[in-house]
Amino acid sequence: MDFNDTPEEAAFRKEVRAWLDANATRKSDDKASFRARNDDPNLLKKAKEWQAKKAAAGYARMTWPKEFGGRGASPILQVIYQQEESNYLVPLGFFDIGLGMCIPTMMAYASPEHLKRYVKPALHGEEIWCQLFSEPAAGSDVAGIRTRAERDGDAGWVINGQKVWTSGAHYSDYGIIITRTDPNVPKHQGLTMFFLSMKTPGVEVRPIKQMSGGANFNEVFFTNVRIPDSQRLGKVGEGWKAALTTLMNERLAVGLPSGGLDVDELMELARDTDLDDGPAIRNQQVRSKIADWYVQQQGLKLTRYRTLTALSKGQTPGPESSIIKIVAAPKMQDMGAFAMELMGPAGIMKEDVPQAAGFQAQWIGGAGFRIAGGTDEILRNIVAERVLGLPPDVRVDKDVPFNQLGKK
Amino acid sequence: MNFDFSDDQKLLKEQVRKFLADKCPTKVVRRVLDGPEAYADEVWKGLVELGVPATGIPEAYGGLGLSPLELCVIAEEIGRAAAPVPFDSSVVLATEAIKLAGSEAQKKKWLPLLAEGKAVGTLAVSEGAQPPRPRNIATTFGGGFLNGKKVPVADGDAATFAIVLAKNGLVIVDLAQKGVTKKRVETIDPARKHAEVTFDGASAELLGTEGDGWNLLERLYDAAAVYFAFSQVGGAEAAMWMACDYALQRQAFGRAIGSYQAIKHKLADCYVKLELARSNAYYGAMMLTDGGADLPLAAAAARIAATDAYDFASKENIQTHGGIGFTWEADTQFHYRRARVMALSLGGPMAWKDKLVTRLEQKNVT
Ligand SMILES: Cc1cc2nc3c(=O)[nH]c(=O)nc-3n(C[C@H](O)[C@H](O)[C@H](O)COP(=O)(O)OP(=O)(O)OC[C@H]3O[C@@H](n4cnc5c(N)ncnc54)[C@H](O)[C@@H]3O)c2cc1C
Repeated sequence: MDFNDTPEEAAFRKEVRAWLDANATRKSDDKASFRARNDDPNLLKKAKEWQAKKAAAGYARMTWPKEFGGRGASPILQVIYQQEESNYLVPLGFFDIGLGMCIPTMMAYASPEHLKRYVKPALHGEEIWCQLFSEPAAGSDVAGIRTRAERDGDAGWVINGQKVWTSGAHYSDYGIIITRTDPNVPKHQGLTMFFLSMKTPGVEVRPIKQMSGGANFNEVFFTNVRIPDSQRLGKVGEGWKAALTTLMNERLAVGLPSGGLDVDELMELARDTDLDDGPAIRNQQVRSKIADWYVQQQGLKLTRYRTLTALSKGQTPGPESSIIKIVAAPKMQDMGAFAMELMGPAGIMKEDVPQAAGFQAQWIGGAGFRIAGGTDEILRNIVAERVLGLPPDVRVDKDVPFNQLGKK
Repeated sequence: MNFDFSDDQKLLKEQVRKFLADKCPTKVVRRVLDGPEAYADEVWKGLVELGVPATGIPEAYGGLGLSPLELCVIAEEIGRAAAPVPFDSSVVLATEAIKLAGSEAQKKKWLPLLAEGKAVGTLAVSEGAQPPRPRNIATTFGGGFLNGKKVPVADGDAATFAIVLAKNGLVIVDLAQKGVTKKRVETIDPARKHAEVTFDGASAELLGTEGDGWNLLERLYDAAAVYFAFSQVGGAEAAMWMACDYALQRQAFGRAIGSYQAIKHKLADCYVKLELARSNAYYGAMMLTDGGADLPLAAAAARIAATDAYDFASKENIQTHGGIGFTWEADTQFHYRRARVMALSLGGPMAWKDKLVTRLEQKNVT
C-alpha cells in the first residue's frame, strides 16, 4: 500500500504544477489575501475568466469525451488536477452544479445539436447552469413536486409553478427543471425533465436571504413559460429516471467543502489562545476535541483515497463515499461552534478577532450544509437502505395517483 | 420532599409568560435583529412596570424583596421569548454584582434606580481576542480613574452604568460621562446588541475590596449561571416546540415528518437534555435561595446541562425545518444565535466542566 502516483500520474501531476505555476498564484500562508478574494465583488467575472483558461488548457472536465472538450481521461487525473489546483488562489464554485450535475444529465438525454450548442459554453465558463428541483412542498421528497408542464400544441410545453432554494439561479443562464406532466398517475410516474433558458419570458428569480446573511439561493417562479418540446430531457413520464441521473451525479459532486477552516486552523487557534493553565493546545479537553476532528478529517481524506484507488484501477468505487457528507457537515458546524468557544466572549464578534469570522461562517454554513443536497437524515436512510440492505420505510404514497394524495 | 416552585411562583411565571407572548412575539425579536434599536424599549418598559428588575432587590433598597426563585421563573420566560431586553446584563449581572459586593452607599445609590428601571447596568469583562484571564486584563483603576477598553460588552451602548473588571478589582462606573466612549460592534446575534466601551480616565469607584475582582467575579458567575440556566431552559423548550409543531405540519413522502423515527428520536433527545437541564437548574435555584453550600457545584451542573440543551435544541430545530429553517425569514435563527451568545458569555462549557470537577473534588475532600 502506498499513496504514490503511477508513472503516468506523476508525469501528469508535474505537467499540471507547471501549468498552474505559469497561470495562477500559489497560496501562501497569507490567509488575509484569501479572505479578501472571497469578498471581491468581481468574483464571478474572475471565476469565469479562470474557468475559460482552465477549459482552454483541457483541465476543466478531463473525464468528458474529447468531443465535449474533455480528454476521455480516468477520474484519477481529474482528482490530481483538483488536488494541485487547491494549492493556488483561484476562484471556484460557480460551475459545480452546472458541470457536475446539469451537463451530465444533458449528456444522457439531450440531442446532439443541443449538446453541440450548450456543453462548450458551460465548460468554458461562459454560461452557468442551475438545478431547479426543490419546491416549497417537496425537498427530500422531490418526486412530490407540483410545478406543472402541460402540452402547448404538438411542439411545445407551458410551465407553471414555483421552485425554491435554487442555488445560483440569480446568475445562471440555464437550468434543468423537473415538472409534473401527469397528475393522474402515482408521483414518480408523472414527471418529465426539461432544460430552459433562465431568460425565457415568464421566469422570475427572487433571491432569498439565507440565515448566514448572504443571498445565494432563490425562489424561481414560472408563469406560462413556453418552451419547445425539443428541450425535453428523456421521455415524457420518465423524469424521475432523469432526476436520478442528476442526483447520482450530485452525490458524487457534493464532496468535502473546500477552502474552509479545518483542524490546522483550529490547532493554530489553540496554540494562540491563553487558558488558565497555559496555551489551549495543552488543555486535555481541547486536545481530545482536536483529536476527534482530526480522525474525522483524515478518515474522510483516506476514504476518498480508497475510492480513488478503485477509480485509478478502472474499478467501480464501493459505497464508502456515502459517509462523506454525514461526517463533514456536522463536523463543520460543531468545530465552528467550538472554535468560537475557545476565543471566549470575543468569539461572537464579527470583526477585530482574527479567524472569528471564518469559524463563525463554518458554524452558520454547517447548519445549511447539513440540509443542502440531501439532509443528514435522508443520507442515513440511504446508507441504511441501499448499503446495509435494511428494509425501507413504509411508503404510503407510492402507488396512489398524485392527484388523489391526501384525499381519503 | 418539595422539589418544585410554589403556586405563587408559578402564577408569576404565567403572568410574565402571558405578557411576553402578547408584547414580545417573534416579530419584535426580528425588529431588533434587523434594526438599529439597542433593545425592545416597549417590552423593557412593560417588564419594569411588572416589577421584573425590582424582583430580587431587597425592599430596603426599593425592590420587591422576592427570593431568587421568583427571578428564576422570570428568567425562564425571558429565554422562551428570546426577549431582546437587557435582562441578563442589568437584572442578573449588574444587580447581583451590587448586591454581592456593593457598599451600603453603593446599594443605596444604584439598587433603587435599577428597581425602577431608571438605570440599566451591564458587566464588562472581556478585552477582545483572548478569553479573559488575569494576565489578559489590561484595564487599570487608580486614584478614582479608570483606563482601558472592554469588548464585547453586552447591551454596552444602552447601559447607563457598568461593573468593570480592572486589574486590581471590580469597579462601578457611570457610563454617561466624558471619559467614556461607546461604539457598537457587530456580532453573530444582532438581536442582542454589543458594544466596545473605552475608558479614558473615567471616574469610577471600587466595588468590593481591592484585589478581590476575580474572586467576586467567580461568585457572581455562580449566581448568574443559575439564572442563565433558566433562561437557556426556556429557550431550549421554545426551540423544541417550534420543531415539534413543524414536524406535525410538514409532510414528506406522504407522511408528517414527525412520523419518522429520525425526527422523533432527535426531538426526544431534545426533551431528554431539556429535562436534565431543568432538574439541574432547579437544584441551582434551591442552592441560591438558601445560601446553600452546594451552590458552586449546582451552578456548574446547571450551566453545563442548560448550555448543552439549548445548543442541541436550537440547531436541531433548524435541521428539522430543512431548507426553510436556513433562511433569514425563519424564526429558527433567533435561538441558534442566542444559544451561542449565552454559551460564551459566562465562559464556555469547557471552563465550566473544569470547574465542576474541581468542585466535586473539593466536596469529596470535605
Ligand atoms: C444552502 C442550500 C442550497 C440548496 N440548493 C439547492 C439547489 O440548487 N437546487 C435545488 O433543487 N435544491 C436546493 N436546496 C434544497 C435542498 O435540496 C432541500 O432543502 C433538502 O433536500 C431538504 O428538503 P426540504 O427543505 O423540503 O426539507 P424537508 O424535506 O421538508 O425535510 C424537513 C426535515 O424532515 C426530515 N425528513 C424528510 N423526510 C424524511 C424521512 N423519510 N426520514 C427521516 N427524516 C426525513 C429532513 O431530514 C429534515 O430534517 C438547497 C438547500 C440549501 C439549504
